[in-house]
Formats: sequence, structure tokens, C-alpha cells
Amino acid sequence: MKTLTRIVAGAAVALSLTATAHADVDFSGKTIEWTIPFSETGGSAKWANFFAPLLSENLPGNPTVVVKFMPGAGSTKGANWFQEQQHTDGTVMFGSSGSTQFPYLLGDPRVRYEYSDWNPVMASGTGGVAYLNPEAAKKFNGTTNNMQGMTFIYGNQGATRLDLIPALAWKMLGLNVEHVMGIKGRGDGRKMFESGEATIDYQTSSSFLKGVQPLVDEGKAVPMMTWGALDVNGQIVRDPTFPDVPTFKEVCEATFSCSTTGPEFKAWKAFFIAGFPSQKISFLPAGTPQDVIDTYTKAFAAIRARSDFAEISAKHLGKYPMYVGDEAKSALNEAITVDASAKSFVTGWLQSEFGVSLN
Amino acid sequence: MDLFNIALPAFVDGWQLIIQPLVIGYLILGVMLGLAIGIFPGLGGIAGLSLVLPFMFGLDPILGLALMVGMVAVVPTSDTFASVLMGIPGSSASQATVLDGFPMAKKGMAARALSAAFASSLFGGIVGASFLTFFILIARPVVLEFKSPELLMVSAFGLSMVGILAGRVALKGIMAASVGMLVASIGEGPFNGELRMSSYDVPYFTDGLKLVIVGLGIFAIPEIVALLRKDKAIAEQASLGAGWLDGVKDWWQHKWLSARCALIGVVVGVIPGLGGSVVDWIAYGHTVQTTKDKAGFGKGDVRGVIGPESSNNAKEGGGLVPTLLFGIPGSGSMAIFIGALALLGSGELEVGQVMLKDNLDYTYAIVWLLALANVFGTILCIALSGQIAKLTTIRFTLIAPFIFMIISFAAFQSGQDLMDLAVLFGIGFLGILMRRFDWSRPAFLIGFVLANPVENYANNANQIAGIRFRQGTEAGFDYIASPIVLTLIVITVISVIVGLRQARNIRAEGEVASGTKRAPLIFLLCIIGFVLFALFDAATIPSYALVDAVFPLFVAIVSLICGLVLLVQMRLKPETDPLFADREQHDSEGENKFGLWPTLAWFAGLLVLTSLMGFILALGIFLISFFAIRAGQSALRTLVLSAAGIGFMCFMAWLLNRDFPPGLLQSAYSLPWPLT
Repeated sequence: MKTLTRIVAGAAVALSLTATAHADVDFSGKTIEWTIPFSETGGSAKWANFFAPLLSENLPGNPTVVVKFMPGAGSTKGANWFQEQQHTDGTVMFGSSGSTQFPYLLGDPRVRYEYSDWNPVMASGTGGVAYLNPEAAKKFNGTTNNMQGMTFIYGNQGATRLDLIPALAWKMLGLNVEHVMGIKGRGDGRKMFESGEATIDYQTSSSFLKGVQPLVDEGKAVPMMTWGALDVNGQIVRDPTFPDVPTFKEVCEATFSCSTTGPEFKAWKAFFIAGFPSQKISFLPAGTPQDVIDTYTKAFAAIRARSDFAEISAKHLGKYPMYVGDEAKSALNEAITVDASAKSFVTGWLQSEFGVSLN
Repeated sequence: MDLFNIALPAFVDGWQLIIQPLVIGYLILGVMLGLAIGIFPGLGGIAGLSLVLPFMFGLDPILGLALMVGMVAVVPTSDTFASVLMGIPGSSASQATVLDGFPMAKKGMAARALSAAFASSLFGGIVGASFLTFFILIARPVVLEFKSPELLMVSAFGLSMVGILAGRVALKGIMAASVGMLVASIGEGPFNGELRMSSYDVPYFTDGLKLVIVGLGIFAIPEIVALLRKDKAIAEQASLGAGWLDGVKDWWQHKWLSARCALIGVVVGVIPGLGGSVVDWIAYGHTVQTTKDKAGFGKGDVRGVIGPESSNNAKEGGGLVPTLLFGIPGSGSMAIFIGALALLGSGELEVGQVMLKDNLDYTYAIVWLLALANVFGTILCIALSGQIAKLTTIRFTLIAPFIFMIISFAAFQSGQDLMDLAVLFGIGFLGILMRRFDWSRPAFLIGFVLANPVENYANNANQIAGIRFRQGTEAGFDYIASPIVLTLIVITVISVIVGLRQARNIRAEGEVASGTKRAPLIFLLCIIGFVLFALFDAATIPSYALVDAVFPLFVAIVSLICGLVLLVQMRLKPETDPLFADREQHDSEGENKFGLWPTLAWFAGLLVLTSLMGFILALGIFLISFFAIRAGQSALRTLVLSAAGIGFMCFMAWLLNRDFPPGLLQSAYSLPWPLT
């Protein structure tokens, strides 16, 4: 089907070639390549595939927008590649994710890219939900005060991955969580939870809705808390996709051993912001002229302004805000600015808890 | 009752899913592709699936399944053409068919052999599909209980099959499998991301080698090169003779043999990793053993066709069992199938326990597709046999460049990197040498495919067992020594013993003569060299990331011990020992028209040219010079054939919106597509 559409699209592009007008920025007959540094199966692929046809409709000249995949080294390969791209005609775009941001923040030696060189044009976020098995959930009353003696098992993808958000949260709540390191993807974590090998888990919003909600309905899983969402003032509020589930911040405030004022929470929040509310950002390469950036910004703004946008994006991506232009720029700033104390806290904690050395 | 509440409705839902014109259309398309792939020697399920892989993305899941299942199901049907008409196995699953099918064709009974084979294939395919239905029903409740230790044991059970694949020298088989595992361990470690046998200076290797490339390299390239060196048509004559009905009657007369062999096929298919390379030999062995009058075998006894052909279609149904139930690939092509499934739709299908739980209707749709594909495949094979037989009379030298071109393109799709082609060439070279010295290539691929599941499940099981034991000894033993685990251990031990005993009867790659000591010894030393490299590399992984080093260390040590024992044996045994098997030895009869090195040089030339001026320009030069010089075609035909090849490549790439590998030229000048 997709191939067929492409043939039709290709024919349409060929026809429109004849009608090329020489406007300021016009993509008539061009193909925009949107490179995603992950494989075809991940959340970033879904995200880019959702936006690609919409972008094609809203850019001047209706170029074909194709999503290309360049997986490797946990997205570092693609990001390093994008760092070397120069502006030519505005047909190269790149989409990063939390997994691209974290190694950058933690000073991973493989990182040869510099976010501040790039031009963000659009950003959007997601959320995460932690859940428990029914047995443990009986002890959970909005606080973890009654759960201190229990042992949990969690399938962890890697200490420096997005999993550091749940790991740090549980640590702060005083939960004794044993980490089974090195699982492949969060889907495997959910499988371990289902077979009873793991007893605590988290999923990003879309995976939760798809994979865990059925378990919740069957009474085999109970949502514990979300990581929350950011309001306009940068405060953590309830996740609009899961308004009935308390945030980690609420649980932490209610739990005796947890504090939302210390350096730990500050570090957690900094990494949470980098990993979730501005998780996926779309970039044009270094040196892109302002008129091209503006063209893209306008196109993304037009997508957001569609009357049915809230509905279709909620279906594919969850109810999360989409940032365009300057908002995307500030979303990026949020995502890549982690103050030194938060960073050194996290690196120290990774060293002591997981033996990971980042120096 | 689960049976009536869940399974039966799902069974009906599965049927309703596929009984739509579009789905059937895709199924038939897949069947036709599969038939075409099966006819060409060297191309099997791996090559076919990797070619359609790029088309799978975002495709409606049921359409994608129809295409893939249709293709996989009928490769063992059409590969019979090459086996019967020319005596060259059309794919690894039809090797035993050659023994009696080819002599029948020589006696002018090709049609009878083919129709007996098709009848058996159809029957086997249906048996396989029914078994899958039945097995899903009874296994479902048990499978949903599987945890890491159980899954680890299923994978280990698959690995234990290396014993039966090893052929005459068991140690060579074990070493081939462990080298496959070491090759699979190249790249970032799965747990701490420590690099194994790679460096960030060559980022390509940090992601590890892709199955598509390894599968095509280890199986397809050696076959193509071997056939090219012979420089003949696949078949000598196109006349099939009469006897279509006789063949069907033959099958009916031996229906019980066919049924027994189909069951063998199913059972062998169920074993993870084993796949098609041995199933035909086991069935052939069984056929010979259970027949009183053995004199006709090898000279054109139709039972020697019915046995293997009944088993090799049945194994696809069996092979889907571990694939769908546990997400552990039943064979190399099933490993690609698992990857392709994740691309379909928005990734809602996921093999393993989840599929049985949430997508039982799709699971049964696969069963239905499998059965239907076998029916369509048989009908098409009979209807088109005249045309297909003509196709096989084309000189292989005229087909080979196209096959090689398609394989290169398929390989390049996996990483979009010039290194894809270089690695394809490298692994292909390894495959050629393994074939030459009779090292089991299926064992290598099993090692490669099962290395990841074994490492991951071992790691998970080990960590969780540690946690459980800290909670209490009983909790620990409950976890690692469940009844399922214990049963699987018993089955594995039995299979190793039986396998080693049976191995002597199985020539997975045909008879190979022994010769001088020198060449086999050099090859063994090279392999030991690689193992030593892997060992030292794993030893340099720092202690905090030990978890990334455990697996390669263990495998390399086992492999090294095998290698050293082999070295000692080579020192002691005479040149005629099977240890020194060397295919180049019995080549004195002039079977090969061309040497190995000039043939390889053609492909190396394509690789070098591609690195200089990009794939399309290089392909143009390669095709023109190959057709003109090696194949000795007239200028006009050379140009027409080359243009057809380039045109086909450009069309595929345009359809998929892919670029071709660029070379140095492209880094200096920007050229228009498709030259980019």
C-alpha cells in the first residue's frame, strides 16, 4: 500500500515539476529526507511517520517527505552523522530523542555532536508511567511508607539510558529494587513483568496505553505513578494523558523518606525534563538560513493549527504539547541544560549504584 | 474451556482475516516470488525474505504476513526443479532429493519425479500447517508460563543440534557453531555497551553484523560462485517427459512413508535454529532404513524423492512453532521473519508469548496462509512446469550477475553502508572456504542466530536467579529448576546423544573427498587465529563490564579447545581422513571450468569499483565487462542485459526510496540520482 502511495506521489511530484515557481523558499519537486537515528520499529519512527505526510502538505511546493532510518550505537551514530551535514537546500532534517540527549548530557565519549550547532524547528514530548503487580499495589497508598521492606525486580535497559529516571525515582522513594541489567527495549521489561520475573516496571505513555492498560483492566497490573508533565512555569503537574494517576512528585512529597527539595530531586527533575517533556526534537543542520527555518516553523505551526490535530495526535502520540519555532528552541534548552550539580550528582550515583564510570 | 472460548473463535477469525481478495492477491504474489527464488540455486528463504524486507515497513500486517508466509512456504516446493533436472539443490532443503530425483530425470522420468515431489510437498505442507494449529492449541497455556530459564533452555536445545549437523567430524561442527557465535558477538556488548572486536574508529562494526548479510554470505555466495565456475545451465534439457499422473500415483502408493516423513519434517522444524539443511537427509535416511528393497536407491527410486520432499515443506509449519511461540527463530529465514514482523503496520505484532495472548487471530491467520500457500504453490508449479523447465536451461553465467546484484542490493538495505557490501564479500569468502573444507555452514548460522537469545536469557536468568537465591534457596530453585526446565534438559541431552549417533548418516553438504594436509591445516589455523583474537579481545574488557565479556570468553575457550584437539588430530591422522576434506581435490575431472580466484576477482572488482565510483556506475562496468568477457556475449546482448539489470536496480531503489552505496567519486562531486 505504502509503495503504491509512493508511486502515486512520485507521479504527482513529476507533474508538479513543470509548475516550479521561483519563490523565496519552495520545495517543489524536492524530496525532504528526515533521518531518524533509530530502527523502523521504535517510538521515534512512529513519531516521524505521523508528521511526515502532514509536513509534506504544509511546506510550500508540497515536497515528498521521506523518513530515513540510521540506527546505531543507541542513536549516537545518526547524531554524529547529522553533525557533519551542511545546509544545502533545506532538504535534510534530523529527529533526536531522549536517548540522544542522555549520552550528550552525561558526556559519553562517543558523542561527537553538539546540540547548540543545530536549529530546532519542532519538539514534542511524552510521559512515563510506573506500575506494580496487584500484590505490591496493596501496600501502596499514594506513599511508599509501607513498602520499605519489600524487594522488587526491574528489567533495566542500561544505567545511562532513560531507565535512570525510574531507577532514581525508586531509589528516592526508598524502594529496594534489584535491577536486571541489559534487557533489550522496554517491551522486554513488560514481558518480564507479565511472566512474573519482574515485579515493577515502567513504560512510556504510548506503550503503556497499548501494552499495559489491558493488564490493568484484567487486574494484573496497577499504575503507581507517572513522571508528570511540565506546565508553562516549568512546574511538574499531572500527566494530561493519565489525569487520575499521581505524579512521582506527589508520591515523593507524601513519603517520609523522600524529599522534593534536595539535590536528588533537582537532579531527577533535570534529567526528567531532558528525557520526557521535550523528548523528541526535529532539527535542521548547522548553517541553515533563517528563511528556511521560518518556512519549516510555519509548516509545523500550520500542522498544529489543524482543527483535528489534537484528536489525531492524541491517538498516535498521546496528549502532549507540540512546540514550534521559539518554543522548540526553549524546549531544546530545557532538554540540554542540566546544571553541573545535577550532573555530578547523577554521575556519582551511577558510579556508586551501578559501577558505571563516565570519566 | 479455553479451546472453545478462545481458540476456536480465533481460528475462525484467522480465516476471516485472510479471505479477502487483497490478502489472497498478496499471498499469490508471495507464492510466485517464493517459486522464483526456489528455482535459483543458492537462493532460499533468507534471500527471499531479505529482498522483501524493505517493502514491509508500514504495510498492513495481514498483507505483509500473506506475502512473507506465501514466499517461505513454497521455496521447498520449487527448489525441486533444480534438484531433479540438474542435480543441483535449489535450496538447502532439497539436497537429498537430488540422489534419486536426478537419476530419474536422466532416465526421462523427470515429470514423474516432479509430480511425485509436488504431491509430497503439498501433503507435507498441509501436515505442517495442521500440526501448527494443534500445537498452538495445546502449548498455549504452557508457553505463557515460560520465563528466562525456560527460554534459555529452548535456545540451548537448538544449539545442541549442532551435534547432528556436524557431519563426519563433530569437533569441526562445534567449532563452526562457536565461530558463528563469536561473529554474532561483534559490536557493542548488550549489557554495558563495551566494544567487542570492534572500535569506534570503524563505527560500522559497533552495531554488529546483520543476519541478512551473514545468511546471504554464508549460503548464497558460495553456491553462486560454485555454479559460476562450472559455467553450465542449471538444467541440460527442458523436456520433462510424460508421467505426471504416475508421480501422483507413486505418492499415493507411498502415502504412509510420506506421512512419516512429514512428521519428521515437523519435528525437525520445531527445533530452534535447525531449519532446512538436515531435514531432507533425516527423511531420506528414514526412507532408506524402512524400505526392504534398497537396491534402487541412488539410481532413481521414486521413494527417495517422496521422503525428502514430504519433510521439507512440513518443516516450515514446525519452524513457525518456536518462532511464534517463543520468539526464538526456528531457522535463519525465521529470524528475518521475526524482524520483518516488527516492521508491519505500527509494530502491533510481536512474536512470542504476547502474540499467543493478544493476537491469536493473526497466529491462526498464519496457519491458514501456510496451508493455502502450499496449495497455490503446487498448482502453480504443475501449471508452469513447462516454462520453469525452460528457464532452467539458461546458462547460469547469464543469471549469476543478476543474482549477485540482487543479493548486494538486499545486503545494502540492512545498513545503507558500503561496509555492508564489504562484509557480504568477506562472509561470502568464509562461506566458500567452509564449503570447500566441509565445515558445517548450517552449524555456523545456528550459532550466529542463537547467540543473542542464549546470551540474553542466560544473563537475565543468572541475575534473577541470584536475586531469588538471596531471598531463599527454595525461591531460587523454584525459579531455575522448574519442571519445564528439567524436561528441556532431558530432551537436550537425549538429542545430543542421538544426534551424534545419527550424524554419520548425514552429509549435510554432500560427499567431500579428502586430500592433502596443507590447505585444510591453513584454514584451521586461520580459524584458530580468529578465535584467539576474540579471546584476547574479550579479555581486555574491563572488570566492571565483565558481564559483556563472559559470553565471548566462554565460547572462545570452548572453541579454542576444539581447535587445539583438531590440530593434534591433524598431526596424527593420515591424509585420507575426513578431517582433511577438501572440495578442490576431486576437481581434477575438470568439473570446474574456471578457477576460484578469477571468479572471486569479478566480485571483488565490483566491490572495489563501488568504493571508487558508487554502486550504479560500478554495476554498469561490472555487468558490461562480465557479459562481454566472461560470458562471451555479443555487444548488443551485453548492452541489453546490462541495461536490464541497471534498470531493475534503479526501479527497485526508486520504489523503496533508497540510495545506492556512494564511492570516492561521489564524495568529490555531487551527481544526480541514481548515481549519488
